[in-house]
Amino acid sequence: MIEIRKLVKAFGNRAVLKGVDLTVAEGEFLTLVGPNGAGKTTLMSVISTLSKPTAGQVRVSGYNLADGAVEVRRQIGLVSHKTLLYDDLSAEQNLHFYARMYDVPNVNTRIETVLRRVGLWGRQRDPVRTYSRGMQQRLAIARAMLHDPPILLLDEPDTGLDQHAAAMLSNLLHEVGATHRTVLMTTHNLERGLELGDRVAILAGGRIAYQADKSELDARQFREVYYQSVEG
Amino acid sequence: MRYLHKIFAVIAKDVVAELRTREMLSSMFVFSLLVILIFNFAFDLRAENQRTLAPGVLWVAIAFAGMLGLSRSFIMEKDRGSMEGLLLTPVDRSAIYLGKMLGNVLFITVVEIIILPIFVVLFNLSAADIPWLLGVMLLGTIGFAGVGTLFSAMAIHTRAREVLLPVLLFPVVIPVMLAAVKLTAAILDRLAFDEVQNWFSLLVAFDLIFMALAFILFDYVMEE
Repeated sequence: MIEIRKLVKAFGNRAVLKGVDLTVAEGEFLTLVGPNGAGKTTLMSVISTLSKPTAGQVRVSGYNLADGAVEVRRQIGLVSHKTLLYDDLSAEQNLHFYARMYDVPNVNTRIETVLRRVGLWGRQRDPVRTYSRGMQQRLAIARAMLHDPPILLLDEPDTGLDQHAAAMLSNLLHEVGATHRTVLMTTHNLERGLELGDRVAILAGGRIAYQADKSELDARQFREVYYQSVEG
Repeated sequence: MRYLHKIFAVIAKDVVAELRTREMLSSMFVFSLLVILIFNFAFDLRAENQRTLAPGVLWVAIAFAGMLGLSRSFIMEKDRGSMEGLLLTPVDRSAIYLGKMLGNVLFITVVEIIILPIFVVLFNLSAADIPWLLGVMLLGTIGFAGVGTLFSAMAIHTRAREVLLPVLLFPVVIPVMLAAVKLTAAILDRLAFDEVQNWFSLLVAFDLIFMALAFILFDYVMEE
């Protein structure tokens, strides 16, 4: 579960997040959409402990960011538009390194399981730099799921992917959503956001401008609400 | 035990990545070799001035080659986008510092082991001095890499990072360099340990102080 209360994040005098209140319930898949510069990546950076909040409170699986950052990191897996992989190492070597850092038991079995799940078993010994962008992003998902975190943060995971690769990623994220993890995903793609999430929220002007269950609105309504929120 | 396990994981990852590319070791080796060769030819050394100049030449080569390695240590993580992955792992940031620092010590030491015999031959020194020289080089390298790893992490947040690192690092490591040069000269001049004990103590003290400070400050440095 992720609980965010009155979160403010400023860079110098410029506040990017101006009092964000958001809760992602356990097992829920929440999609957060917003225009460029809305603060989606900043919000993800704060939740994942890469960036410290200026004010407000964030709790992840009951751990407070301020005094439990190491435990918070253990609870989350992050997939962003950057793969966070070592491109000179093979997929197997990358996952071995992260497995050691996360104290993953039965490392070899676990690596094989996650690589099979993302369809990369068979290419595990190839350097990551020889992978296509879509394959690298699938490996990034394998890395994020390696320690079986209860919470997945997906920060525009489909950025830079072609349509086929993005569709494959969607299928994979569908599977991830089906495993009852708590998922918070940011995206520019309204249709994909609505398709994948149980609930959608709009981040605009540094605040949560709108949130609703998926069952309460269709794609057309959501698009109208989105443009009203962003322009208003 | 888990803490040590994480430190070794960081070192092992850097070693495997370096063995795949050999970018850092080869550039450090070629650079240090060139420095030694250029000084050797430029000074047109005679027997009487070799021992006077050799310690300085050796440490200039180590310092500049080491700088090449240190500057790449965190910049490669940052440029290749893996820095955030490293910081996301559930480990105390000091384990990341120690892993990176010991990796840097290892890479610089490997280069030192390769260039030292060449240095001994070019400067017409005794091969019997090599074990003692290696000992002093290791102590000097620990101090240099201890603070250099911290500054390397600081420099990645700036635009002029390649320039900033030497500007920050060299003034701070002057005591380490000074003590290392004095001890190297003492070995070549066959001085008794008592005569340079103060320099030895200074070197060990600075190694410990630099490592302790870097260990404490690293967490703050890694904040955005």
